[in-house]
Amino acid sequence: MTVASPNDFQDSLQPQGWLRYFSFSLDHKVIGLQYLVTGFLFYFIGGAMAGVIRAELASPISDFVSRETYNEVLTLHGTVMIFLWIVPVVNGGFGNYLIPFYVGARDMAFPRLNAVAFWMIPPAGILLIGSYFITGAAQSGWTAYPPLSLTTPALGQVVWIVSVLLLGGSSIFGGINFIATVLKLRRPGLKLMQLPMYCWAMLGTSILVVLSTPVLAGTLLLLSFDIVAHTGFFNPALGGNVVVYQHLFWFYSHPAVYIMVLPAFGLVSEILPIHARKPLFGYTTMVYSIMAIVVLGLVVWAHHMFTSGTPPWMRLFFTIATSFIAVPTGIKFFNWLATLWGGKLALNSAMLFSCAFIVNFVFGGITGVALAQVPFDIHVHDTYFVVGHFHYIVYGGTVFVIFASIYHWYPKFTGRMLNEDLGRLHFLLTFVGFNLCFAPQHWLGLNGMPRRVAEYDPSFTTLNQISSVGALLMAISSLPFLYNVLVSAFRGQVAGDNPWNALTPEWLTSSPPPVENWIGAAPLVEHPYGYGVDEETLSLEAATGKDLWSGAGRR
Amino acid sequence: MTSGALHPPDSRPAADSVPIPSSLVTLLVGMALVLSGLWVGYNVDLLPLDASANAPVYDSLFRVLFSIGTILFLGIVGLVVFSLVRFRRRAGDHTDGLAIEGNLLLEIVWTAIPAIVVLFVGIYSYDIYERMGGMSSLNDHSAMHQMPAMETMEASVSSAEGGQEPAARVWGGIGTGAGEANVLPVEVTAMQFAFIFHYPEGDITSGELHVPNGRPVELRMKANDVIHAFWVPQFRLKQDVIPGQPTVLTFTPTKAGSYPIICAELCGPYHGGMRSTVIVHEPDAYDAWLQKNSPVTATVASAPSTPTA
Repeated sequence: MTVASPNDFQDSLQPQGWLRYFSFSLDHKVIGLQYLVTGFLFYFIGGAMAGVIRAELASPISDFVSRETYNEVLTLHGTVMIFLWIVPVVNGGFGNYLIPFYVGARDMAFPRLNAVAFWMIPPAGILLIGSYFITGAAQSGWTAYPPLSLTTPALGQVVWIVSVLLLGGSSIFGGINFIATVLKLRRPGLKLMQLPMYCWAMLGTSILVVLSTPVLAGTLLLLSFDIVAHTGFFNPALGGNVVVYQHLFWFYSHPAVYIMVLPAFGLVSEILPIHARKPLFGYTTMVYSIMAIVVLGLVVWAHHMFTSGTPPWMRLFFTIATSFIAVPTGIKFFNWLATLWGGKLALNSAMLFSCAFIVNFVFGGITGVALAQVPFDIHVHDTYFVVGHFHYIVYGGTVFVIFASIYHWYPKFTGRMLNEDLGRLHFLLTFVGFNLCFAPQHWLGLNGMPRRVAEYDPSFTTLNQISSVGALLMAISSLPFLYNVLVSAFRGQVAGDNPWNALTPEWLTSSPPPVENWIGAAPLVEHPYGYGVDEETLSLEAATGKDLWSGAGRR
Repeated sequence: MTSGALHPPDSRPAADSVPIPSSLVTLLVGMALVLSGLWVGYNVDLLPLDASANAPVYDSLFRVLFSIGTILFLGIVGLVVFSLVRFRRRAGDHTDGLAIEGNLLLEIVWTAIPAIVVLFVGIYSYDIYERMGGMSSLNDHSAMHQMPAMETMEASVSSAEGGQEPAARVWGGIGTGAGEANVLPVEVTAMQFAFIFHYPEGDITSGELHVPNGRPVELRMKANDVIHAFWVPQFRLKQDVIPGQPTVLTFTPTKAGSYPIICAELCGPYHGGMRSTVIVHEPDAYDAWLQKNSPVTATVASAPSTPTA
């Protein structure tokens, strides 16, 4: 098969040097960094919106911004953080940068589609955020439930739909590209079960993207017809059904959670073995658990609708299905713990963020299993308990992994190391700020504070102020990070090709890598996690679980 | 049960004069973990007052989930922290850890244990759900027959929406009062940004919900404009109020007092101000309230509290 190579364009059309990051580059590494940097820009915009929300909630009355503005901001915050930050960064950003290395390819399967997928994001983001200044943004939350989304100002809602459709399209293009790359572009001799775990995570994620995102696209199209053409798909006054929208919306938006966390699981699986100097524990079960999460993730959507009109049998089914996601997820966590056990852990920023991810995600997972239980959910649904829960999953989980990944791969991106002291300061501030911000929200939800409110019962003031202080700490924590990332690019210690002494293929080339990834043939890495010393005292066949746990044979 | 197998044995080098068997340490640590989890779960006090018949049932589920969650969380965090301290790389050490790539027995153990825990939690919460009346409307037809007054409500719904066919079914929220003989029916209309309560017995319209202590109440809910949700934290009950689709919610209050009614579904700019109050009277006081307000001319007892700030 012929693969369009970046070389086709390079001499004539493609700009060189730093300008290529602003160009329609076909190089997967350039596109990956384009995704990453764009994602971080939107992260800071979305973070500023979170700041507005926490400032409003510092007092029990609506006094900081107008109520309409508040609803616009919370809508934009959710949409920006999901569709313009987490999904593009963990999928498009790291996926584009790493997957071709991992499969031993010189680029993605469809480089032009790849560039198109990225270049759909900036206009969609500008459209979305620009709508706030020009027409007024959507006010119905990132879920855009009708009939509220039919009755709030139409123009902002339509712009929101167009923007999300563009971002969904970008996501689908990316998903197709990843599936094709992982399955068809592997270097000859490289077997599927030899791929680094992130490839499996991206394969599973992309399957979810391709299966579920079109459902969201169709749903939003129908919603826009309802708004623009006054059809009645979801308009009860015209015989439509509002609960149908919720089913269709969550058919995408629950898998979207896995689209956000599965790549993070994959990235952590790359980072931990390198900094623990041990093989990834239980490779095969890790692969199967990813695929189990993909399958189960498609049949749990109605747990977002336990208080809507749902037949009782359905509540029961979705309770059980949702709870069972804990099993494959648990397997992954136990495998990571076993990877750490008996290793030589480097306590650097990448490791600290990864371990904090485990802690945060376990907490969010436990509240998640609780939320899956219908009787429990009925009390806390649509409250700050849920807000706390999903921020533990997406921030405490995925965003912590994004930071760990930046500390881990920055030497590869730039050829220079990040400053470790600033990294640990960043970690400390983020970890404390994050928990201070979101842990109290669980109590608030249990005791009567609904989500998406600009005003609340005065008895909740203290905890909301603690939460706002946590948010402030999180904002401050990005300062050492930004300084570190910007300054280290020029003044950081020179990293060398393989500062972590890693075995995965992206480290077996120069830092930053050349245009087609390797000078000469791509290396065949059959044991991406082949770390560790084989001590004669412990043969693998004879080892029992007790030996492993007790670290028998350690010196 | 869970932690015994999951928690690591102590792995101090056996250089000490009297090595403690690692299995014993595992057992002790596991037992301590389980006991502390149970203790925390039993003593946890994070929920508001329980003021309805199903609130204590909810609270017992909460305790069980909290115990299991505490055991798992402490166990895993303990493992992470222990690993970070015990296995940290010493300065100058550039060697690798052990080349252990997996262990089938361990994988089976940590697949089976969460599966059993999850299954237990699922079955237990199903039992709780049933005790809270969640499955009572499994058969929609029987539920309909138990509520003859529902037809009148549907009629009013259909007339209000201009000749639209009445909804074929009423979606049941959970509740403990469904189908009981002396149930008090109240019609609830949710709109931006207020709840209006109408009592068919006595034709009273009120902005607050007044109910007698100990008597089952059946809320028949409809929404005029967008989706709202009726939530009383002290009752541990919530049900969306959906335009075009009547819903029903039943409960039995058990403690006299005033509790907030909160709209939990984003319904517009004043969503945060869409609140009301449920006042649980002693039966005598409720009868007095009913007498006082009973004149057929609808008296709005108190306007829904529109937020001022």
